[in-house]
Amino acid sequence: MDKANETYVLKMDSIAKEYYGNRVLKGVNLHIHPGEIHALMGENGAGKSTLMNILFGMPVIHTTGGYEGTIQVGGETVKIDTPLKAMELGIGMVHQEFMLIPGFSVTENIKVGREISNPNLVSRIFGRSMESLDFKAMRRDARKALKTIGLQIEEYVKVAGLPVGYMQFIEIARELDKTGIRILVFDEPTAVLTESEADRLLEAMRVISSQGIAIIFITHRLDEVMAVADSMTILRDGEFVARKEIKDTNVVEIAELMIGRKMEKLVDDTTQDGRTIRDDEPAVSLRNYKVNMPGEQVKGIDLDIRKGEIFGIGGLAGQGKLGIPNGIMGLYPTEGQVKIHGQELNLGRLGDALDHKVAFVSEDRRGVGLLLDESIEQNIIFSAMQTNKKFLKKIGWMNLYDSGAAKKHAEEMVETLDIRCTGIRQPVGSLSGGNQQKVCLARALTLEPDILFVSEPTRGIDIGAKKLVLEYLTKLNRELGMTVIIVSSELMELRSVADRIGIVSDGTLACILKPDDSDADFGLAMSGAWKGGKKDA
Amino acid sequence: MNKKKINVWDLLFQNKVVFIFLVLCVAATIASKQPLTFVIPELFTRIARNSFIVLSLIIPVIAGMGLNFGIVIGAMAAQIAIFLTTYWGLTGISGFAATALLTTPIAAFFGFLVGRLFNYMKGNEMIGGLVLGYFADGLYQLLFLFIFGGVIKMNNTTLMIPTGVGVKNTIDLKDTVKYALDTVPMLSIVEVAFYLLLIILACSTAVKLVKKQEVNWKSVIGTAVAAAAVYGLTFIKPVERFLSADRLLLLSAVELGCLATALWQGWGLVRWKIQSSKGEEGQGEPFPVEKAIAYLILAAAVYGLTYVPVLYKVLIAVRLPVMTYLCIGALCCFNNILMKTRLGQNMRTVGQSRTVANAAGIDVDKTRIIAMIFSTVLAGWGQLIFLQNVGTVSTYGAHTQVGQFAIAALLVGGASVQKATNKQALLGIVLFHTLFIVSPLAGKELFGDAVIGEYFRVFVSYGVIAMSLAMHAWKKAEKPKKEEAGSGAGTEAA
Repeated sequence: MDKANETYVLKMDSIAKEYYGNRVLKGVNLHIHPGEIHALMGENGAGKSTLMNILFGMPVIHTTGGYEGTIQVGGETVKIDTPLKAMELGIGMVHQEFMLIPGFSVTENIKVGREISNPNLVSRIFGRSMESLDFKAMRRDARKALKTIGLQIEEYVKVAGLPVGYMQFIEIARELDKTGIRILVFDEPTAVLTESEADRLLEAMRVISSQGIAIIFITHRLDEVMAVADSMTILRDGEFVARKEIKDTNVVEIAELMIGRKMEKLVDDTTQDGRTIRDDEPAVSLRNYKVNMPGEQVKGIDLDIRKGEIFGIGGLAGQGKLGIPNGIMGLYPTEGQVKIHGQELNLGRLGDALDHKVAFVSEDRRGVGLLLDESIEQNIIFSAMQTNKKFLKKIGWMNLYDSGAAKKHAEEMVETLDIRCTGIRQPVGSLSGGNQQKVCLARALTLEPDILFVSEPTRGIDIGAKKLVLEYLTKLNRELGMTVIIVSSELMELRSVADRIGIVSDGTLACILKPDDSDADFGLAMSGAWKGGKKDA
Repeated sequence: MNKKKINVWDLLFQNKVVFIFLVLCVAATIASKQPLTFVIPELFTRIARNSFIVLSLIIPVIAGMGLNFGIVIGAMAAQIAIFLTTYWGLTGISGFAATALLTTPIAAFFGFLVGRLFNYMKGNEMIGGLVLGYFADGLYQLLFLFIFGGVIKMNNTTLMIPTGVGVKNTIDLKDTVKYALDTVPMLSIVEVAFYLLLIILACSTAVKLVKKQEVNWKSVIGTAVAAAAVYGLTFIKPVERFLSADRLLLLSAVELGCLATALWQGWGLVRWKIQSSKGEEGQGEPFPVEKAIAYLILAAAVYGLTYVPVLYKVLIAVRLPVMTYLCIGALCCFNNILMKTRLGQNMRTVGQSRTVANAAGIDVDKTRIIAMIFSTVLAGWGQLIFLQNVGTVSTYGAHTQVGQFAIAALLVGGASVQKATNKQALLGIVLFHTLFIVSPLAGKELFGDAVIGEYFRVFVSYGVIAMSLAMHAWKKAEKPKKEEAGSGAGTEAA
């Protein structure tokens, strides 16, 4: 560790990247000393993954026009254009989703793609791929790598069936086994681990860094950063915010730096607020609510959403905020009690929520939300046709499609929501993201709901459409008295429209904040510092 | 006690396909009222004919490409080659070798094309291969019906349709390569093997010398001496007489097998003694006495069984084509050894997870193409073995059902879309073809009509494929329920 000398093992300077005209990185610097644990922090969409993709020479970067800026590894300027090149330079990565093969033994997983082999007669003729594997040497290497991180496990067992924590360690062992590894990236390694496993992982990281390997530690958990990191870089909206030594900073400052931005109101608050919201009239009430949605697990939430308010649900990706509306709609296995206007929901029945006049605009617009090959008209009316039996006319014993009524309604919707299209017969697949979102909204509204869940309403749509969608949601709430629940990763939009914001962290409700609470409060809540505690509604 | 019971049930349940067919086979054999002296020799003929092509299916399964219906294309390559060599008038074992040699580049090229195509339809290789087989059949017919004779002038009245354009319905191999492989005398096999071994030894030593690597002279000379000793044995008169035959009595094969087991265990003991006296490795592992004794008892028991009159009758009724069975054995070894090479490990990795393979720097597409080339070439050779045994080529029909039958046999043996082994392939051939032999006869005995049995036979081959695939899907669908959802590391759908 030669910090005084200012030698860096990795120096990325003024890195910029554009995806289809959208600048996701705007001159970011990342400087890392050998043998230090460097935390890379920022909200979702701050540009962390893009930066790492550039570091790894991922094809996604180079098929979209490459990057700007310079990268120096060990003092030499390099051009990393393939993952292989990154590997050769000694950059390794421990993936968030395990890159392990369950059917292989630990040894085979550690050595995958880098097997040790001995030449034989056939391989002399047909080349290296026919060399026979030296399992003895491979096992020896695997044992060595496992020993380095202190994992007590036989190297010949199959990975399938091992605890999740072990898999993480095997991933690390694999990276360590690569010769000449200098930089190791941990992408949210503790997200899937239990507390004690996470502690062991942090311990292993210290061991690794003490051997002179630099670690880039991507995480949202502030406590872990404080516990293990030496220094940190904070990104926000693709911009470089600060590089700090951990000993010079504190949790509150970091939280502010991560969130902090000029508050700009996304919505012009011109409509007067004539609502009366009462605490004893809950529209949605959740008790010990659990949803088993892969990647977005809800692990027990108690929450009351008052009738007539706009309630925001925020939190980082993967913490469980998306599980809440998906569970209520019955899309994933759900436990606990859900009451809609005092009536208990039958969670086992798909569509029960719809019958209780709850509508949902899904975050997965193209997968769940829309029938991409169908027309705008079909998309707008088909839910209502199925659940409310609208747009049907009865002739004898047959229920026939009432195309006249459907057309009229669809045209109305296109007009009110300003859906830009060539006509209501246009397939929604050919619309832009923003207009698709409006179609989703139109369909939810056609159900004439009392309660509207909107999940990630502004994901992937441009700023103009964003504003319109949010304004329309506010209008629905103010004029029709609809209870609107917005689930979003973008704190800014929640803070500009919601009356209250619940922050979900690790599957539980961290706290309920007011839109004008301080940045630090939001930052701390999202980083899991207030797990399950501190409520101030 | 209770635990053991559950284990037996689990075993039965996991191998349900095999057990269902085992029961069916036994029942049908009894119902057919045929003596074993008829069924077993017939079965061994069919094993010799079909094993090779079934074994050629294993590599693509391991590489994650499912059951390769594309082997039909390998069979077509073989038939193109066999037509050409017959036209050129090549005969005997040299003719067969020439045909195999000619098949290789054609099948390799086809395999390359199929592999390229399969890379565009990852996850749908099976249906792709099936349809591709039909498409290729069209091109094959174009070649045989029009191009041969129509474009390329061919003057051969026995092979060509009298108009001179197009090939006749059947190609008779009686005077060319029929039984070419089956009738290679054992003596020649030993001779060729001896010289081949010497050449390989010389080559590998030479390479090592040139590259200035260490040469283990002791082992080189030891091997050469041992080989020479075995070769020398063939000059003893009774041995020579025994080996000059081209078929091996099953009885002799069993006896030889028992003898070999005994010798192998004895050699193991000797080797262990030498090693422990030298004190190598320091650890001094105890000799696996129990294992050795178990093997010896087993060998003795099998040998004893040959004295049972019923079995004896069967054993002297079956005459094995030695070279063909050696080829099958060699392919089994090849499949195993390949998996211990870098390429084989890559194939396994690609088969288990393409994402992981990609991240580990393995060229997924290339590996898959190589797997396809291997499979197609092997299938081509397999078809040649089949044809030389049958003796006639049905020009427009011999290849059509190769895929279905081979795949059905493999599945009957308990293989699945994701896992297949040599053992499963061989077991599957035994079961599937037993059913094939006895079911028409059983139908005749039971219903007085052979057609019902015949119908059953066809029904079985397609039914097996459908059932195995359904069971596989069922197993797969049950899995996520048992495991906790969420930790899906290597999901198939991509």
